[in-house]
Amino acid sequence: MSATLLAPDDRRFGLNLRVMLPGPFPLVSGQSLAALEIGYETYGRLNADASNAILICHALTGDQHVASLNPRTGKPGWWPRLVGPGLPIDPDRHFIIASNVLGGCSGSSGPGSIDVATGGRYAMDFPVITIRDMVRAQALLLDHLGVGILQAVVGGSMGGMQALDWAVAFPGRVRNVIAIASAARHSAQNIAFHEVGRQAIMADPNWAGGAYPENKPPAAGLAVARMAAHITYLSEAGLTAKFGRRLQNRAVDNTNAGGFGFDAEFQVESYLRHQGLAFTERFDANSYLYITRALDYFDLAAPHDGQLALAFAGTKTRFALISFTTDWLYPTAESRRVVRALNAAGAAVSFVELESPFGHDAFLLEAPEMCRVVDGFLRAGE
Amino acid sequence: MSLRPDLAAIADAVPAGARVLDIGCGDGALLAHLRDTKGVDARGIDVSAANVASAVARGLSVVQGDADADLVDYPDAAFDMAILSDTLQAMQRPAAVLAELVRIGRRGVVSFPNFGHWRVRGSLAVGGRMPVTKSLPVSWHETANIHFCTIDDFRALAITMGLRVESAAFLSGGRRRGGALANLLAEQAVFVLSR
Repeated sequence: MSATLLAPDDRRFGLNLRVMLPGPFPLVSGQSLAALEIGYETYGRLNADASNAILICHALTGDQHVASLNPRTGKPGWWPRLVGPGLPIDPDRHFIIASNVLGGCSGSSGPGSIDVATGGRYAMDFPVITIRDMVRAQALLLDHLGVGILQAVVGGSMGGMQALDWAVAFPGRVRNVIAIASAARHSAQNIAFHEVGRQAIMADPNWAGGAYPENKPPAAGLAVARMAAHITYLSEAGLTAKFGRRLQNRAVDNTNAGGFGFDAEFQVESYLRHQGLAFTERFDANSYLYITRALDYFDLAAPHDGQLALAFAGTKTRFALISFTTDWLYPTAESRRVVRALNAAGAAVSFVELESPFGHDAFLLEAPEMCRVVDGFLRAGE
Repeated sequence: MSLRPDLAAIADAVPAGARVLDIGCGDGALLAHLRDTKGVDARGIDVSAANVASAVARGLSVVQGDADADLVDYPDAAFDMAILSDTLQAMQRPAAVLAELVRIGRRGVVSFPNFGHWRVRGSLAVGGRMPVTKSLPVSWHETANIHFCTIDDFRALAITMGLRVESAAFLSGGRRRGGALANLLAEQAVFVLSR
C-alpha cells in the first residue's frame, strides 16, 4: 500500500481535492447519508511505515485549506504559524491531511449538497450531524487514503473537540492529540451564543425555511450571526486596545459626541459589520446552522453520566492541551477539566495556559510559545 | 548534563522504569534526566507557564497546575514515585500536600531546605535577622517559601501523619553528608516516605 502512496501521480493526494465515498453513511442521529462527499487536501508524503500522518481539524467556519491558498477567497491558509515548511507541522516531515467537516460548505456533504433522492439541495432536509459524525467521516477519508494510524490529530476550537473525540472514538488509530483553545463540551453560554446566531439567520426572510436559492441567501441574518460570534472570539481588552471608543471617520474628540445617528458611528461597529458582510461571501447559512448545532450537542462525558475520565479510560494516546488567558469562549477552566479527567484516566497529558491578549482567536495568531509546545510535543512522540 | 546535587540525591532514590510524578518540576531537568538515564515514565506539574512550555518542548508530559489544588485529580497509587523537590516550603498546606504525595505515589520523595542549619540559627540568634544563605537566597519578603521547617520538624510531622521514613539523605555545600547532627549541619534533606 505504501508503494502506491509514494507514487507521485497518485491522484488521491494534493490540493483542493474531493472524493465521493460510497454510502450508506450512518449518523449518530439514526439517519444516514446515501453517499459521503469530502473536500480535502494533503501536504507532504506518507513515509514508508505510514507513521507520519497528521490530521488537522478546522474550527466552525474553517476549511481544508490549512496551508494553501483558498481558491474561493484567494486568501492564504488559515494556520500559517503552525503548518508549513520549517514549522512544527511540516510537509517535509509529515503527511498532513485536512478535510472540510461533514455539514460544511467547502466541498464536503452538507445542507448545500444535492440530495440524489430529490435532485435538489438538501437544505433543512439534511440530517442533523454531530462532532462524532464529522470524526467518522474523517476516518473514512483516512481509509480511502490508506492511512491506518495517525501520528497526531491537531485542532483548535471545534477542531480541538474533533481531536479529543478522535481519541475517544478511535483510540487505536491516534497516537497523539493536540487540542488548542478547546473543550470537551459546549457550555450553556456557548449554546446560548450559537442560538443567537441561528435565530438571526432564521429571522432573515430570505432564509425561507432554509430553502433559499443560491443567489438569494439570508446574508443579513448570517452577517448578524457572525457579528455576535466574532465578539466571542476576541477579548474585551483586545477590543479596547484595537478600537476603544474611537469614532469612525472622525478624530477622537470629546467635544464632538458624534453624529447622533445609527450608521456605524464607532470603529468597532464598522469592524463588526465588515466581518459579518465578508463572512457571508464565503459561508453558507444552513451550514452555519448545522455545524453550530453539532457543536452544541458535543459533550464527551454525556455517555458516562458526566464522568469525563471514563470517556478516556484505558487510553494510550498522548495529549497536549493549550489554552489562552483571555479566551472566554473556551476558557482555561474547560481545558483544565479535560486535563483532570485525563490525569484520572492515567493518560500522558501536557497542558499549558499561555498568555495572550487576543482572546479565543489567539490560537490562529502569532503565538511562539504555542509553536514551541506543539513542536516539542510532536517530536517527542515521533 | 550534571544535575543539581539535591536533584541527584532524589534521582538516586528512583528505581529504573518507575512511573514518576515530579510536583513542581520546573523546566523538567530532573524528569528529563530520569527519563534519559532510568527510562522512567515521567510526568510533571508546575505552576509556571514558561516552565511547562520548556518541559513539554523537551518531550515531557507536564501539566500547568498547582500542587495545593490539583493533586486531588490523580488516582491512588497512580505513580511509583511522587517527587516534591524544594517545593514543600512554598505550599499553602504542606501537610495536605504530603498526604497527597503518599496517596498518589506508592513512595513520596521530598526535598527541602533545613531551617535548622547552623547558619540559619546563627543569623537569627546572633544577627537577629531572617537568614539569606546559599540554599535560602531570597529575602523574607520576596521568597516563595512560606512554611519553613527543620529536619527534626519534618520527622515529627511524618510521625504525626503516620508516614514511614524509608530513607533519608542530607546535603551540605552540595555534598552528601551523614545523618549525624543533620538537623544542625545539613543545608538540605531528601526524605523517601511511604504510607
